[in-house]
Amino acid sequence: MAEEKKQGLKSSLEHIETLAVDDQNCGGKSSWDCVLLSRQSGRTGAKAFIDMICDEFMEIHGDRTYGDDPAMIGGIGMVEGRAITFIGNRKGANFRENVACNYGMSNPEGYRKALRLAKQAEKFGRPVVCFIDTPGAYPGLGSEERGIGEAIAQNLKVFSTLKTPVLCFIIGEGGSGGALGIGVGDKLYMLENAVYSVITPEGFASILLRDPSKAKEAAEAMKMTSQHLKQFGVIHDIIEEKSPEQTAALIKQTIIRDFDNLCSKPVEHLVRYRLQKIRGIGEVKGGKEWWHPLLEVFSRTQSLR
Amino acid sequence: MTEKTIRCPQCQKDVHVDDHKICPYCNFHFPLTVDERLALFADEGSFEEMSSTMQSKNPIDLAGYEEKILENQKKSSLRDAATIGRCTIDGEPVVVGIMSFSFMGGSMGSVVGEKITQAMIEGALTGNPVILFTASGGARMQEGIFSLMQMAKTASAAALLEETRTPLFLVLTNPTTGGVTASFAMLGDVILAEPGAIIGFAGPRVIEGTIGEKLPEGFQRSEFQMQKGFVDSIVTRESMKQTFSFLIKTHKRRS
Ligand SMILES: [Zn+2]
Repeated sequence: MAEEKKQGLKSSLEHIETLAVDDQNCGGKSSWDCVLLSRQSGRTGAKAFIDMICDEFMEIHGDRTYGDDPAMIGGIGMVEGRAITFIGNRKGANFRENVACNYGMSNPEGYRKALRLAKQAEKFGRPVVCFIDTPGAYPGLGSEERGIGEAIAQNLKVFSTLKTPVLCFIIGEGGSGGALGIGVGDKLYMLENAVYSVITPEGFASILLRDPSKAKEAAEAMKMTSQHLKQFGVIHDIIEEKSPEQTAALIKQTIIRDFDNLCSKPVEHLVRYRLQKIRGIGEVKGGKEWWHPLLEVFSRTQSLR
Repeated sequence: MTEKTIRCPQCQKDVHVDDHKICPYCNFHFPLTVDERLALFADEGSFEEMSSTMQSKNPIDLAGYEEKILENQKKSSLRDAATIGRCTIDGEPVVVGIMSFSFMGGSMGSVVGEKITQAMIEGALTGNPVILFTASGGARMQEGIFSLMQMAKTASAAALLEETRTPLFLVLTNPTTGGVTASFAMLGDVILAEPGAIIGFAGPRVIEGTIGEKLPEGFQRSEFQMQKGFVDSIVTRESMKQTFSFLIKTHKRRS
């Protein structure tokens, strides 16, 4: 049994290697291939992208309530003359860092640090970039005791009406509520091989297919790749993956282009557009028109009129 | 008052319960149907359901999902896991949303997300308080990414209640976990919980898997969550109407 597993692991590693040299064209890749690539150790993480994109960067630690969460990086950077707040899940670049960063699984203080930085950005009219790369929020004792559910919920609420532009990039694993906790913004992009889902394929397989070994089938059924999510209209666009430097340059171009555009818009238009976009996601039969009631609500607020 | 005999899942005794459906031995709060829930606080005959015909689609074309929905509709005589509408409490108009765990574990897919959002938008439009009862195992995995997005949708509706200064009251019932906890359930101006309800983000078994040991007694129960600062008050079924009346009265804005 263990030997079989090892064999399976070896062949999937070999498979990844062939994919990695295979010119990165997404035509031939399965959903499961993307799952493996998105998790591959040595994949460019938030910290590396921040360093490649920013001319200067200052990391800011702590949630001013409980502590500093190494699984969430945050700070302020300068990108071609524009100050930008960066927030990102951090998995770490090697084994030692992986352990120190809890493999990118944040505790509540990580989400609260992100929230603090987002509000600070709003105060100074600084745009925000979020890099998403996490298997999920940490399901531990302390995490529950300190209110991981509340921390994510607050982020969803505050980011949905944050009065400054927010761009989100899923650069690796977009795992469930832990990803969404820094994933609400004006535009959402995915790297070509990134994935985004409500639960891991392993979790889906063991709960719904009642067979944990069917993760591969689950990944296909869940429609979690950048291609699928673009078809669903959940993400705005896919960013091609090349060498780490080239990919960073593409992300940087996107950031500069979008902020040139978004930062020139009245902030209430921006927030209204963001809220409309979020309001529209979902597929039901027998729903009713929601557009006018929402506009009516906007007209009843102080700040979104 | 009607009396029924049922088996208590917590203490395994056969018990007689009245309309409040509480185990006399261990205080287990049995799940209530939508009508039983409304009877606790709504003025008689005042409830008017909204969007009663809304139903699920199969947004990621998952094999077997439509059958699963039909099966649950038959079993529960509900269309999906949330019911919304308007009613009055001691003459005061409110908007209510009630989740039903009996329908696919109260999981939040597009229908639940849309209904909860509609209820909150209705509150924002009328200024009437919104009261939401949660009971959920989390996001509805069968709807893939669309279920995850319902967390953002309901939370952004809560932001609109904030912007319009409309009161949002939550009553967390057993169990409230996963994506519902990490969205609108934790965003009330006042968050109440029924006694002994399991409330948390990760399910108990997932946490036990992470830490490799059994969870301490009472972990994630309402009383624990109140002690940790995430539940404002524990409300009994008997005092529910009185509590809402007080909250409605004390959350009126001076005009
Ligand atoms: Zn009992």
